[in-house]
Formats: sequence, C-alpha cells, structure tokens
Amino acid sequence: MNSDPSLPPKSSVKPWNDPRVRSAVFQILAILAVAWVGYSLFQNTLTNMASRGISTGFGFLDSSAGFGIVMSLIEYNESMSYGRTFFVGLANTLLVSGLGIIFATIVGFIVGVLRLSNNWLIARLALAYIEIFRNIPLLLQIFFWYFAVLGTLPSPRQSVSIGEVAFLNLRGIVLPKPIFEAGSGAVGIVLIIAIIISLAIARWAKRRQAATGQFFPVLPVSAALILGAPIIAYFALGSPIGWDVPALSGFNFRGGITVIPELGALLLALTLYTASFIAEIVRSGIISVSRGQTEAAAALGLPPRRVLRLVIVPQALRVIIPPLTSQYLNLTKNSSLATAIGYPDLVNVFMGTTLNQTGQAVEIVAITMAVYLTISLSISMLMNIYNRAVALKER
Amino acid sequence: MAVHQPLPDLPPPPSERGLWGWFRQNLFSTWYNSIASLVVGYLLIIWLGPVINWALISAVWTGEGTDDCRPGAACWIFIQQRLGFFLYGFYPAELRWRPNIVFVLFLITVVPQFFPRAPGRKWLALFGITGLPVLGFVLINGGFFGLDPVATSRWGGLMLTLILAYVGIIAALPIGVVLALGRRSEMPVIRGICVTFIEFWRAVPLITILFMASVMLPLFLPQGVSFDKLLRALIGITLFQSAYMAEVVRGGLQAIPKGQYEAAQALGFGYWRSMRLIILPQALKIVIPGIANTVISLFKDTTLVLIIGLFDLLGAVRSTLSDPAWRSVAAEGYLFVALCFWIFCFGMSRYSHNLEKKLDTGHKT
Repeated sequence: MNSDPSLPPKSSVKPWNDPRVRSAVFQILAILAVAWVGYSLFQNTLTNMASRGISTGFGFLDSSAGFGIVMSLIEYNESMSYGRTFFVGLANTLLVSGLGIIFATIVGFIVGVLRLSNNWLIARLALAYIEIFRNIPLLLQIFFWYFAVLGTLPSPRQSVSIGEVAFLNLRGIVLPKPIFEAGSGAVGIVLIIAIIISLAIARWAKRRQAATGQFFPVLPVSAALILGAPIIAYFALGSPIGWDVPALSGFNFRGGITVIPELGALLLALTLYTASFIAEIVRSGIISVSRGQTEAAAALGLPPRRVLRLVIVPQALRVIIPPLTSQYLNLTKNSSLATAIGYPDLVNVFMGTTLNQTGQAVEIVAITMAVYLTISLSISMLMNIYNRAVALKER
Repeated sequence: MAVHQPLPDLPPPPSERGLWGWFRQNLFSTWYNSIASLVVGYLLIIWLGPVINWALISAVWTGEGTDDCRPGAACWIFIQQRLGFFLYGFYPAELRWRPNIVFVLFLITVVPQFFPRAPGRKWLALFGITGLPVLGFVLINGGFFGLDPVATSRWGGLMLTLILAYVGIIAALPIGVVLALGRRSEMPVIRGICVTFIEFWRAVPLITILFMASVMLPLFLPQGVSFDKLLRALIGITLFQSAYMAEVVRGGLQAIPKGQYEAAQALGFGYWRSMRLIILPQALKIVIPGIANTVISLFKDTTLVLIIGLFDLLGAVRSTLSDPAWRSVAAEGYLFVALCFWIFCFGMSRYSHNLEKKLDTGHKT
C-alpha cells in the first residue's frame, strides 16, 4: 500500500510482496476489467440494436417531431424537430427548478427561524411541518397536490376569482399578463441604474465606515432608490406597461397567462418538500453559532438586528451553505418526477415522448443524463466558489 | 459556635409557576409573542377542528362501496375493501401465506437489531443478509420444491415496497463500502474509477436511472439473457443507492484518526485485515445515523418504480383510485399512503436520532 523509502531493497523482496509491483498489477487489472466490461456492453448493444432494427446516430434530432407540448417557454409547434423538443423540455426543467429553489429557500429560511422561536406554539408548528413533509415521499406529495387538491378545483366557468384579475380553476391559474409598450424599456434601464448606484453606495459606505467609523444607512436609502426610481420613471413616461386581464369567453379564458396545474402542483410539492429539509439545515446552522458570539456582539454595543446581520448570519451561512447546495441539487433532480403528472419537463418530453417515437433509447438517455450531470456539476461548482468566499479566513 | 444556617430558598413568584407560569414564559413572554400566539392559536382551532371532524369524527369507516360515503366526511371504506390489494398487489390470495412467512422471518431478524442485548443478534443479522433474501425469493417467487411459481409482475403493494427497500439496502451497503474504500485508495486508477462511478450516479435523478434500467439494460446484455422488470428496477436502485452509501461510509472513514491507521500498520496488519478489524468497525459505527438516513430516503424513493410500471404501495392505491368506483376518494387514498410511509420514516428518523445521541461519546475529532 505504501511506497516508503525505508523498505528493504528490492532484491530481497519477492515481486509479489513488493507493494509497488502489487499496486501496479491491481491497477492494470482494474483497467483491463473496466475496458472489458465497456467493450462487451458496447458490442452487445450494437448486436442487439442491429437485430432489433434500431438505427443509431443523432440524425433523428433534425427530423420533425409531430407532437404537441402543453407548455413551452420557447416557440414550438408540431412541425419543429426533435432537437427542438429537447430545448423545450430543458427550458421547462430549468423553470421549475429555478422557481422551486427560490420558493424553497424562502419558505425554508422562514420555517427554520420560526423553529427557534421562543413562542412554544410557533416552534411546535414549525416542527410539525418539518416532520410531516420530509417523511412523506415526494412523488406521493406531487400526486396529492395534483389529483386530490388541484384536481377538485371548479371548471373554468365557475372559477375562483382572486380580486377579479386572477382566476383559479381546473385548468390552472390565469394571471394578468403585462404588455410592454413603447417606453417600458426606459423603466427597465432606470431600474438597472438604480441597482448599480445602490451597489456603489454600499461600497462607499463600507469603505467610509472602515476608515472613519461613521455609519451610513445603506439599506433604507438603496431600498428607496430601487423601488422609487422606476416608479417615478413609470409615471413620468405615462404608464407604459399595461395589463392584459383575462376574461371568460365561452368555456375558457381569453388573454392573460395560464399557469398549468401540473406546474402548480409540481412547484408546490417541490417547494414544501425541499423547504422542510432546508429549514432543518438553517436551524442547525443558527444554533451552531455559539452563544458567546451573540453575547460578545451585544457587549460591543451592537443592536440586536445588527447582531443578527453582522455576527450570526455570516457565521451560520458557513455551516448552512454546503448542505444547502446538495438540497438545491436534489430539488433539480427531483423536478424530473414531473413526468409522473405530465408536466412537460426534459424527462417527460425528451425521454418520454421523443424516445417512444424514435426508439433511440441509447442516444436519448445519454443526452438526458449528460444534461443532469452538467446541471449538477455546475451548481456544485458555483456553490463551491461561494463557499470559498464565505469560508473561515484564518489570519 | 453559631453555625451559618441559610434560610431555604423562597418559591418562585406565582406568576412564574404552574400552568400559568408556563403559559407566560412560552406563549405570552412579550406583546408580539402574545399576539402571535393568539392569532396562530385561533387559526389552528378554526382549521384543525373541521379537519379532525372530517378525517375522524364524522368519517365513514366501514361499508360496501362509495355509496355508503357521506359528503363532507372522509371515506375510509376503500382501505377495508382493498386492503389485500394494498398489501400484496396481484399476488394470488390463496398463496399469501408465503409472503406472510417471509415477513414474520423478516421481523424476527430485524426487531432484535434494535435491542443491543438481544441474544443471537449477530447470527440473526447474518441470516438477514444471506439466508433471508434467498429463502424469501424461494418462498415468494415459488417454482422450487413444488411451490407454484408466481411471476414478479403479480407482486405488488406494501410487499413490493418492502422487498425493494430491503434488497436495495442489503445490496447497496457492501457495494458502498467497497466504493468508499476505493475512493480513499492510494492507487490513482482505482480511485479514479470509484470517483467517476460515485459522482455519476449521484448527479443523475433516480428516475432517469430507472428509465435506463428498463429501456437500455436489455440492450446491454448478451442476446438471450433477459431480466424481468423487477430485477431491472432493483439493479437501478442498487446502483443509485450504493453511490450515496459510499459517500456516507467515506464520511466515517475520514473521521477515523490517522493514528488508528498507523497503529494497525505498526501491528503488522495488512490492508484488508486492518480495514476489517480496525477501521471499518469504527467507521461504520460512526455512520449508523447516516446509513439510517439513506435507508429512509431509499424507502421513500421506492415509490418511483410506479413510473416504470410496477405496483408498489403507492401504485396499488393509485390504480384503485383510477377505478371509477373509487374515484371520489382520492384525498383519502393519498392520505392513507402518506400515513403508512410517514409512520415508517418518522420512526426510523427518531431511532437514528436517539442512536446519534447515544453514540455521541463526546470525543469527536
């Protein structure tokens, strides 16, 4: 196992007892075994595909798909290619994972903090939520929300109206759609400028505080700037953003954006399931910061809110980030359960319908797995970079 | 000589004692806590009351069919009517004594594992990982010793869920240990192979692995060799779980101080002997809670097999709900399955939590 220089000279050791020789032999054997397994799998696959008349190669990606997809973020119709279905599925997967990560983080952090509340009732409620949701299979939760809750909503004509602008029914939730008219771009630009100025103020305030000790209220000023400037611009330009409010016509709604129930159920289940894990992570992160830290900060005269923001949260984040990353990855992978209720994600569209129509299992499964591999590896890489930034800096 | 005799402590003031004191400390300590308690308490009462009434008090428990159900009350009739299907799937009713025997044997092997002083615990564990799967296969599948064969496509329900979870764990643990050792090996090729294997299976969703197992595995095998659907699902689950298991075990291996490895070498132990006798017993003890978490997630993940067309507990309930006669009890159906899974998973997590406390001897490295 080890190649110490203190070992006796080679001549006195039998070759099969020499660790270097043995290690080399083992490794060569391992390479040969892997190569042999790979080769025989490859050969078997080729023979099997030939005997079943399955064509190989990626040519199918260009041929016309000929099936419709209920929801697509990019332009798609039946005459487009199988390659296009891949991107439609990928976009839907990314949408549901992205929204899921945002919502699960928000809910998870709130519940995690409530779990530590000194109010017995609230702490117990948070605990009950965590223990219920993380001990029930996700697939079951998806089914529950989709079939037992959203499936019992009324038909479009008896929709539940939310303030006469949004409507909830069996076919999903219909929301008003923003219409960007001329001049709406300027509002966006003002918003971006406001964010840049706030960032600059934050930098300047930090530097000034480090140099002179004077405090500048960054948070209220930048909040006013980011919220206020676009609103002023919006009205100054004569309200360039209109709303397309949905209206009932015949048996369905016209106008607005429809969020399909599959997306709603999937998002609800993914959020509530993952949030229960995130809440536990947040709780353990917060209690990992020793009490002495809070007391020391208080002794230095920091008010409670800044104790939390400047002392506790930065230290808790170090503990929270690594497991949080793996929860984000889990959520992304779990979004593939979409296929069970027919939300058109990558697995459902590409590995489902496209695979059934073309029969090219090897290529399609390989592409799909490669996508998840890429997503997983890139999220964990980004999180590693962040983790390094907040990691303990030993001085 | 005057002895200093302190007076006994005064009791705490009445407002800090008893029920009222508890209320004051835990619910009404500050004005915003009081408001929060009142609002949450009120919401709980107006929400929980009707739910309890729906699910328990006015619920219908026995009857012949959905005609006996009442609107506004839970209808649990289907459990009583379809229990056999939920437990065994399509397994022939007259042969159900066979899985029952296996289940009793399973309980006999597993229950003593929770009591450290149970006699013959190690032998039962050995039987559990060697004899029980073989015996279970012979009994449930049949085809030997004059037992009628039952095709795996007829297995289902809770029985299938337990089989998938049990076989998955038993197969994944040794593979996981080997992979973890490989990942810590000093031979770069072995390490590379193990790292690639582990990271690949951990990065892709289980559902794509199950798809792969059910669609591509037949293509990978030599002609004439074919696995049935259940075995393919088991292979997929085992590959997936062994990668997670490997990472859990690796955590344990890394927690063992270097001195233990060096001491083993100093005593003249070879690699395998030092691993088997010194490192692994300590490492596996540390990671028992981690293994329990993996078991819980594996148990939850077994529900995914319904996507490739096997009828586990969830699949059995789902197919019942798609029957027009039982369509109206969807919420009850899913709540029933949820309760079954919840009891098992919550029990496991409590157990692993207690174990963690017991094993935490305080000298962490």
